[in-house]
Amino acid sequence: MIKIIVCMKQVMDPDIPISLFKINPETKKALPPEGTPPLMSSFDENALEAALKIKDGQDTQIFVLSMGTKIAKPVIKKTLAFGVEDVILLEDESFENLDGYSTAYVLANAIKKIGDYDLVLCGRQAADTDAGQVGVGIAEFLSVPSITLANKIEVSDRGVRVEREAEDGYQIVDVPMPAVITVNNKIGVLRYPVLKAVIAAQKRKIPAWSVEDIGLDEFAVNRTALSELSIPERKTVNNQVILNGDMPEENASKLALMLREANLI
Amino acid sequence: MEMQIYDYKGILIFAETSNGKLAGITAELATAGKKLSQQSGEDLSAVLMGSGVSSHVDEILTLGIGKVYVVDEPSLSKYSNDCYVAAAADVCKQVCPSFVLFGRTIFGSDLAPRLAFHLKTGFVPDCISLDYDPDAHLFKMTRPVYGGKANATYTIENYRPQIASIRPKSHEPVQLGAVSESKGEVIKLNVSLETIERKIQVIDEIKDDISGVKLEDAGVVVSGGRGIGGPEGFEKIRELADILGGAVGASRAAVDEGWVNNNLQVGQTGKTVSPNLYIAIGISGAMQHLGGCSTSKNIVAINKDPEASIFKVAKWGIVGDWRKILPTFTEQCKTLQSSSTAQ
Repeated sequence: MIKIIVCMKQVMDPDIPISLFKINPETKKALPPEGTPPLMSSFDENALEAALKIKDGQDTQIFVLSMGTKIAKPVIKKTLAFGVEDVILLEDESFENLDGYSTAYVLANAIKKIGDYDLVLCGRQAADTDAGQVGVGIAEFLSVPSITLANKIEVSDRGVRVEREAEDGYQIVDVPMPAVITVNNKIGVLRYPVLKAVIAAQKRKIPAWSVEDIGLDEFAVNRTALSELSIPERKTVNNQVILNGDMPEENASKLALMLREANLI
Repeated sequence: MEMQIYDYKGILIFAETSNGKLAGITAELATAGKKLSQQSGEDLSAVLMGSGVSSHVDEILTLGIGKVYVVDEPSLSKYSNDCYVAAAADVCKQVCPSFVLFGRTIFGSDLAPRLAFHLKTGFVPDCISLDYDPDAHLFKMTRPVYGGKANATYTIENYRPQIASIRPKSHEPVQLGAVSESKGEVIKLNVSLETIERKIQVIDEIKDDISGVKLEDAGVVVSGGRGIGGPEGFEKIRELADILGGAVGASRAAVDEGWVNNNLQVGQTGKTVSPNLYIAIGISGAMQHLGGCSTSKNIVAINKDPEASIFKVAKWGIVGDWRKILPTFTEQCKTLQSSSTAQ
């Protein structure tokens, strides 16, 4: 039996259009538009899919760990529909302004409380902050090896074999368990759940742990401070030439000639 | 004796090699490092780690970096997180830099955060601009968040070294040979790797079969997206790229559909490109794609949706079905190219 903990973060829908994206520069926070529910970070869904692929091949228990201040329960409960043993929420108001360092510290301690595990899987980065450091940080706090950008994971009695992204190719590495692996989106999108399981999942009760429950005696201190959040000025393109498609051939020729004129081809 | 914040001095960049050559990111790191050095008055140095890498040291000196540390160890011949973190931590202990800078390459994305956690300090990845605040005596690190919809600026006040990485192509590279004669200082560092427990074993390293120009280095990139509709369409994309002496790219949608290999992906989770000419065909221009190509000098878009975001960043474009446009466009390019060769 292999025990996998998948860390999943809820994020503001990354595909909301720029026109609806607002921030509060005072609180330095993004403001989700009215009526758009949060989503599980797509990269963390890749991590769940990686866990399910392992479970397809062998006896595996999957636990989902999600940390935040106001976690949307129906959204996180959807993960139960994939045959996940349990979802554990880490919910505490004091988690509001944690940086990657403190977040990894809390998650690592929650993982210690869950106890014996073989693998911790995380997305390659969160779909909101795009930092890609929490997974690696968890590994450091747990004193276990970290493998990033896994494209393929194979678990055997001897340990894990991972194909990980490399510059201009890939690397095959072996690592003993327990280990933390961050999963590249190349591993595949999360499969569809069975409808019946989706309905059943919403009826389940899921445990939520606070700071006291995790037993954090000393809170890790943020290493980084956010000093400013701003919306960048969009570059406007001067002298834009957009041809319409009524005369595709003529316009195609025209475009090529213009690019030649500009010395680009 | 415990180290104090003011005991940490200087800016240290982590140079990188790729395929036996100095990687392009190193010259970009030199630009970022020099600017911070000028602003802050801190000395700039570089470190190169690996096996058999000493031959690249002169090249780093010609980037105008006055001091280069080298860690040349057989056990660093293949990259593994545990060995490199131990080596990098030892380097930081010996050099004691105030600010450490990596590239947000695969090397930097794997090594830098673990090093930061190991040293119990802060890390700000994927920066597009770095500045020094002389009043606060702090480096200000700015990075895109929310897929580039916002920028966040961070500082690391009470921990050293401050560690950051820069997004590839966010800084213009220093030209190789910027300083003609290498008169800088080279310091060989010995790191102790015997005591570390090596858990990660590198079994093999497989290189992609890349024919032609490398995507990140190409002066012209022709990219296809979901609108291309299948792998056959990418043959047309390839044809145009070949005529223009460029490389083929793809959006995440095209990669997720399995039409092209993952290594062609341009965007936030793919390659960052900044060619002179970027031709986007059947690409809507999602934020995560633009994050990987928006610094291109000239963007051309062909898309049937006039509302597609790609037209907001394109200098030239045609609204229409690429299937009707591309054959003539490619043919015309071919004619123009051959006429210029004849001249």
